[in-house]
Amino acid sequence: MLGLNKKDFGLLLLVAFLAVAAPFLLNPFPESSTLSFLNAGYPALMQLFAIFAIVLIGFNILFGLTGYLSFGHAAFIGIGSYTAMWMYKLLNFNVIIAIPMAMLVTGLFALVIGWISLRRTGIYFSILTLAFAEMAYRLSYSVLTPITGGETNLSPNPAKDPMILKGEDGLTVPHLFGFDLNAKQVWELGNWSFTFEAGYYLCALFLVVSFYISIRIFRSPFGLMLRAIKSNNQRMSYTGLNTKPYMLAAFVVSGVYAGLAGGLLVAMDAQAGAERMFWTESGTIVIMAILGGVGTLLGPILGAGAIKYMEKILSSISEAQLHTWLGILPDWLENAMVYIMANFFVGHAWHLTLGLVFMLVVIFVPGGLVELGQRIATKLSRKKPDVTPAGENNPAE
Amino acid sequence: MGILEVKGVNKRFGGLQALGDVNLSVAENTVHAIIGPNGAGKSTLLNVLVGKLIPDSGSVMFDGQSVLGRKPYEINQLGISRVFQTPEIFAELSVFENVMIPCFAKRDGAFRMHAIGDVKHEADIHDMAAAILEDVNMIDKRHMTASSLSRGDKRRLEMAMCLVQEPRLLLLDEPTAGMARADTNNTIDLLKEIKEKRDITMAIIEHDMHVVFSLAERITVLAQGTPLVEETPENIKGHPKVREAYLGEAQV
Repeated sequence: MLGLNKKDFGLLLLVAFLAVAAPFLLNPFPESSTLSFLNAGYPALMQLFAIFAIVLIGFNILFGLTGYLSFGHAAFIGIGSYTAMWMYKLLNFNVIIAIPMAMLVTGLFALVIGWISLRRTGIYFSILTLAFAEMAYRLSYSVLTPITGGETNLSPNPAKDPMILKGEDGLTVPHLFGFDLNAKQVWELGNWSFTFEAGYYLCALFLVVSFYISIRIFRSPFGLMLRAIKSNNQRMSYTGLNTKPYMLAAFVVSGVYAGLAGGLLVAMDAQAGAERMFWTESGTIVIMAILGGVGTLLGPILGAGAIKYMEKILSSISEAQLHTWLGILPDWLENAMVYIMANFFVGHAWHLTLGLVFMLVVIFVPGGLVELGQRIATKLSRKKPDVTPAGENNPAE
Repeated sequence: MGILEVKGVNKRFGGLQALGDVNLSVAENTVHAIIGPNGAGKSTLLNVLVGKLIPDSGSVMFDGQSVLGRKPYEINQLGISRVFQTPEIFAELSVFENVMIPCFAKRDGAFRMHAIGDVKHEADIHDMAAAILEDVNMIDKRHMTASSLSRGDKRRLEMAMCLVQEPRLLLLDEPTAGMARADTNNTIDLLKEIKEKRDITMAIIEHDMHVVFSLAERITVLAQGTPLVEETPENIKGHPKVREAYLGEAQV
């Protein structure tokens, strides 16, 4: 179906289902319950899930297939954001212009940066991409301030900006042919409240299409060439294949994905700042990829979701919250536990938890969450005696 | 005129003259062995032929075209394939995928952006790949990951990958290095079979005299970067200059 085999089509359906049903799936606890802070079904967070999943799908085409580790991918998100913002300022607020332009301009930047960075491989390639991202970040706070807004961020100014395509009484918020992307519908069902927002569903649509295209690339001759480059670059050359244009194409495709994400960020919230391009953001993208499972189809989406979820939820847990949970313990133990957790694992200190989780994953399940899922699935299926393959060599349960 | 003409090639690495005025002519459809003691410049010569090294002076002509200054992939597209000392294959890919890649290179050239179509629907590529795997008796192993093959099968796979491109010249860099005698004999048989079935020129660099005398029709002896003799195998065996060069290193 759609040129996919059964298994891939199943994956596509799964992603589409998760994207459509996210407002329900991410809101399992009723509003009044003490666990409601674990809910992630509010629009701002769901948008981030979808947008970062798109970045990661693109990043995975580069890192997962070719093994080239770009350490400057956040720069492309920034470039996409600024481009979309300038489309608002110069033309109008219709995202049908802003998003494709964000992709186009980011693609051109990726072409130049890739052409230079791909003169080197391995760690030197990573360093070159990091250098470009760092330059983009520093320049946008200094000489490029007229374009990037510098420290004050770039945001539209309806009174001053030309907006030549706005027309009479045109909208001054991001919209799709006049349909406001902030429009939302709230369903109150008993104690639950589910929010459906137009903006989120635009992101979700792009996510599903992005995922579909990435499956096609994975299964295409181009995808095979990229995997071959990862496996043995030397043999590629001695097989009469010019690896340069293949690599450059992969780099540009993954840059365009990040540009799309940058455009979507601006479509959700009309402002763009350089902090999006800081090198730790690029690092987070790499960590998401590894946590989810490098080179797998579903991994990048899982990795992006897991980290964005942890970032929001863990950092929102307060000391008071911990006291209510640990109330049943003796006072001295309660205070000690709260002190340790609040200072080392949650709230501002949530990065330590992320670091520990990341270490555990890299050491024990190097294939990331996808491998973890597969292992659990094998374990479960092995419980049924008739499925256990005879003579399977599997020491120590 | 041979298919490969090397004229007056010099290559220096600092103070070391790796190749000194090398002249070599490989006739079409022959098996030509290049032998010599360690450090004689055999590998340097091979690297010049495939475009990995650029000589300081001299010319290398393949079928009337100069190969100097061309990149390895361009030289391959001219019709020169190379088998490495340790088999260079795509270890993480399946045997079938390994063979499909040179099929794409043959059909589509050095680069073609082909990002949406499914590999599974490329019927002509599948036929080509299946045919060559039949040829080298590896069709049963097509689903195996290449890294899990035995050393001999890896060599066989690498040969299949080269042959499917139908090269006019096959360069072999010590194809039996580090192999057990049985594997060596298998490789010799495989090479003989390849030679019988198609019009192909082979240039072999080899240490093992058993391999050389089983296959070669012409032999060039290299010593200290310069060709000493070029002769038929019969005439090489007792040649005084060759004995001198090896000084008992090999049982010629």
